[in-house]
Amino acid sequence: MSDSKQFPNDNKLTGDYKYGFSTDVESDTAPMGLNEDIIRFISEKKGEPSFMLEWRLKAYHHWLTMKEPHWPNFSYDPIEYQDIRYYSAPKKKGDGPKSMAEVDHEVVKTFEKLGIPLGEQKRLAGVAVDAVFDSVSVGTTHQAELEKMGIIFCPISEAVHKCPDLVKKYLGSVVPQTDNFFAALNAAVFTDGSFCYIPAGVRCPIELSTYFRINAKDTGQFERTIIIAEKGSYVSYLEGCTAPVRDENQLHAAVVELIAMEDAEIKYSTVQNWYAGDKEGKGGIYNFVTKRGKCVGARAKISWTQVEAGSAITWKYPSCILQGDHSVGEFYSVALTNNKMLADTGTKMIHIGKNTRSTIISKGICSDFSHNSYRGLVRIAPSAENARNFSKCDSMLIGNNCSANTFPYIEVKNNTATLEHEATTSRISAEQIFYLQSRGLDKEQAVSLVINGFCKEVFKTLPLEFAVEAVRLLEMKLEGSVG
Amino acid sequence: MLNIKDLYASVEGNQILKGLSLSVKAGEVHAIMGPNGSGKSTLSKVVAGHPQYTVDRGSIDYEMSGGVKSLIGMAPETRAREGIFLAFQYPVEIPGVPTSGFLRASYNAVCRHHGLEEMDPMDFDGFVREKMKILEMDDKYIDRAVNVDFSGGEKKRNEILQMAVLNPRLALLDETDSGLDVDSMKIVAHGVNTLRNKRNAMIVITHYQRLLNYIKPDVVHVLYQGRIVKTAGPELALEVEERGYDWLIK
Repeated sequence: MSDSKQFPNDNKLTGDYKYGFSTDVESDTAPMGLNEDIIRFISEKKGEPSFMLEWRLKAYHHWLTMKEPHWPNFSYDPIEYQDIRYYSAPKKKGDGPKSMAEVDHEVVKTFEKLGIPLGEQKRLAGVAVDAVFDSVSVGTTHQAELEKMGIIFCPISEAVHKCPDLVKKYLGSVVPQTDNFFAALNAAVFTDGSFCYIPAGVRCPIELSTYFRINAKDTGQFERTIIIAEKGSYVSYLEGCTAPVRDENQLHAAVVELIAMEDAEIKYSTVQNWYAGDKEGKGGIYNFVTKRGKCVGARAKISWTQVEAGSAITWKYPSCILQGDHSVGEFYSVALTNNKMLADTGTKMIHIGKNTRSTIISKGICSDFSHNSYRGLVRIAPSAENARNFSKCDSMLIGNNCSANTFPYIEVKNNTATLEHEATTSRISAEQIFYLQSRGLDKEQAVSLVINGFCKEVFKTLPLEFAVEAVRLLEMKLEGSVG
Repeated sequence: MLNIKDLYASVEGNQILKGLSLSVKAGEVHAIMGPNGSGKSTLSKVVAGHPQYTVDRGSIDYEMSGGVKSLIGMAPETRAREGIFLAFQYPVEIPGVPTSGFLRASYNAVCRHHGLEEMDPMDFDGFVREKMKILEMDDKYIDRAVNVDFSGGEKKRNEILQMAVLNPRLALLDETDSGLDVDSMKIVAHGVNTLRNKRNAMIVITHYQRLLNYIKPDVVHVLYQGRIVKTAGPELALEVEERGYDWLIK
């Protein structure tokens, strides 16, 4: 393959989405469509133990009985589930890569271009990366060092062999196969994702991260991530995602399950920058994701931070089940929509244990012709004595053609609960921009300063490098939005 | 330094300035007085380059780093970097943006424009704190978001602090005295006087003579219906205070 052929879509066609290139690699793909044979094909490709195949088939049969939900605050063209390819992997030589040195050169180059160096010499300090390319993990860094501490960080397809008992115990324990339409679909066909296990009392010294890349055409990405934090452990996990520019919509239906035992803490951060379609709304990723964490033990803490800046449609509610007494759930979100993007996102905080606390901070930024909704549920079960929730949902509008909505749902079954809810809607005003310009800042700097100020409460919860990336991402997205 | 000739300017289709001429030299302080709606704020916004105000006729020439240039059509940030500063009558709130970060971004934008080295956060912190002393400002103040939950007096002091940080060549103070009690006004005026020197100039827009007791102008103008109807020395301000504007406009 000549160098000139590598990134055929680069620059010109991609407009302002700099991750829009596609990589020319030989792929191993499943035939189009979904049926039992495809599920057997996937399971076989992964060399899975029989319990996994059974689990998948159960999910598939349940999925067949389900209807695609249509309750969000947007509509979209119907998804033809038989026109999707459920498996695509860069072709392997032999049994697949044993080390980074064996990973397909083009794939490594792709990740390097995305700012995710995988090579031993170049990899990021302080961050272990699992790189998922279409349906498979192509490499995980820092594994050996982590193993010394008893930490397992590997592709989930590897985990089913390495620690089948853990997988069996926790797979579907927070998001059951039958949970919802897209979660059932994921359970049937999921291909890869990361598996993290932090043993009791261990504080994971580096950030664990997975970088998801959809490359192949007509392919859906169905990854599944499980993070288990045993008693008294701590882990911070980061997730990043991009995809090439394509005219067709591509489905991304992931499931993430977090399990935090007594005194454990999981911090999960996402910077989502899937391809969002062009100015007219053509193409882009449907990002329909089920993310849920369970604070199983007392004083456990789960914290979600998300920066949602891509995807044609984002439809997700990273949630916390606060089962352990004194457990804590947090949700910090920035959702930016521009052009014709649609987002319906928020969280669910389910208070079950006594003295459980949750915090929701949501910032929606909405420009051009986009629609941006916050939807959130705070449920206080009868058992949740003295539960507390604080919710703050702020929307910022840029221009006159976009819309922002807030749908807060509250269910309180215990009258010792304390709930606070604040919501604001504002505009970037011409006066703010002029004020900053009259102090020497140009318009782009002015807009970025106002937006950063608006998102500050969320950005400060991100790990530093991620915060910098998030700020840059929003600046790039909003370039030229404020007229 | 600033030379305005026969200026006509509008906002939202209403012509406010109608043939205004004004010439300001380095080292001078000009006071502009006039009844409500006479065009005082419009003048300051047109000079600062507010995008909603359009110049219909006339010229605004300003002596800047590359020689005398017309300000018409120049971006507001370029004017600011070239030393024009507007102290707002109603300073704008920027939630979530700490005052310190904002001041440094602003200061460094001006430095970059002139090819000067930018200041790092540590040095800048020391630099700002010196300036804050002049305005008797509390230390905690620069950690607060720009103008958010500031009292009227704090907002006005913040404007003068920005002026002290940017050290402009031409400062326009738009009703900086409005909403200030006597003590705050003295502090603000002291700040302004500290910044006054032979190389810079100021245009002080005010309704009341009161401020001019503390900031002594060289020239006083009375603006009425978009043009200057009277120009004289500081004694004109006292006369306006005593007699009002009627005698000037009939």
